[in-house]
Amino acid sequence: MWGAMPGVTKDIQVTDGKAESKALSHGRGSGLSWSLADGVIELALHREPCNELGSASLEELEKFATALEGMQAKAHALVIHSAMKPGFCAGADLRELYQRSQAMEKAEAVKGVREFLERIHRVLNLIDAAPLTTIAAVHGVTFGGGFELALACDLIIADKMARFCFPELRLGLIPGFGGIPRLKRDLGNAVVRDLLLTGRSINATKAQQIGLVSQVVGEGEALRAARATAAQLGKFDRATAAAAKKFIKPIPQEELRREIDIFCELFARPAVQAGLRKFVESTDAQPYLP
Amino acid sequence: MNTAEQTLDEILGLAAAHFRVPREKLRPDDDFFKTLGIDSLQTLDLLTKLENHFRVELPDYELQGVSDFRTLAGKIQARL
Repeated sequence: MWGAMPGVTKDIQVTDGKAESKALSHGRGSGLSWSLADGVIELALHREPCNELGSASLEELEKFATALEGMQAKAHALVIHSAMKPGFCAGADLRELYQRSQAMEKAEAVKGVREFLERIHRVLNLIDAAPLTTIAAVHGVTFGGGFELALACDLIIADKMARFCFPELRLGLIPGFGGIPRLKRDLGNAVVRDLLLTGRSINATKAQQIGLVSQVVGEGEALRAARATAAQLGKFDRATAAAAKKFIKPIPQEELRREIDIFCELFARPAVQAGLRKFVESTDAQPYLP
Repeated sequence: MNTAEQTLDEILGLAAAHFRVPREKLRPDDDFFKTLGIDSLQTLDLLTKLENHFRVELPDYELQGVSDFRTLAGKIQARL
């Protein structure tokens, strides 16, 4: 099935095995690593070329989500960032999606996609609702699923070279990792429609103007700024911060579930396979545009 | 406001600096994908650099098919 990739979970290296709670405070997989220090959890994404989210990444994110539940009592902040030069995350692994869907009957492929979406929604919902403050420190390409991962966080701190985009319509799809409900939660509908329906990308300055990004910093400074912000957050009472977050950031559960349904309905159409094939084979300078 | 020639000159200077190419190697009618040897992710970098420098918004779809510096300058000039 979509998410099944035996071996990934066991490949996560736990670097401190003295006790279970301590063991969860560090982990390293092939595409991501995390650590907890001074009340701040840092999740670094490092899968070539730009942290594409496929089955291997999902398994590692699930492992992180389990660790997060164990760590969050000792943490006040989570910082998610990328160690890859091109950007934060280029979104779903469309090559894997195309190849796997080609190898299956349509009904089986749709079932696999639904399972994948449900699993990634569980991870992103957990990050979204975590009782600590979450910060996405982004640079460069923050597209599709990468944009959706950032949107699950409480704050987005962007390097001035960051770019945000929902290119899914180009494939005959909508964002499937919770992007539309979360964008709608944070921004006015006109902006949501513009980003979704034109598929254009916007830079960090524009993203700040529309209320998507809370801080824009110089090139290469997003992680430093996120760490400084996380240190500030540590001065407040954790329970109070968690209560404030819960009050102002409801999880749009119903819309998230509806998004999965719509995505799966669209995925069953032949246009999607054609769109995926065109993307995979594209040598265009702007392959995210039709 | 910049003249079209000033805009073009600034684009060439920015591209040369960002992609570490000698400025004198870049000409207005060059295909910048070939001259700079850039891929799709680097094209986004160039777009962001230009938007930040000129303080304009350049929707990607308006730049589709644009491959030379002169035409790019015209698109930016129209938004200044």
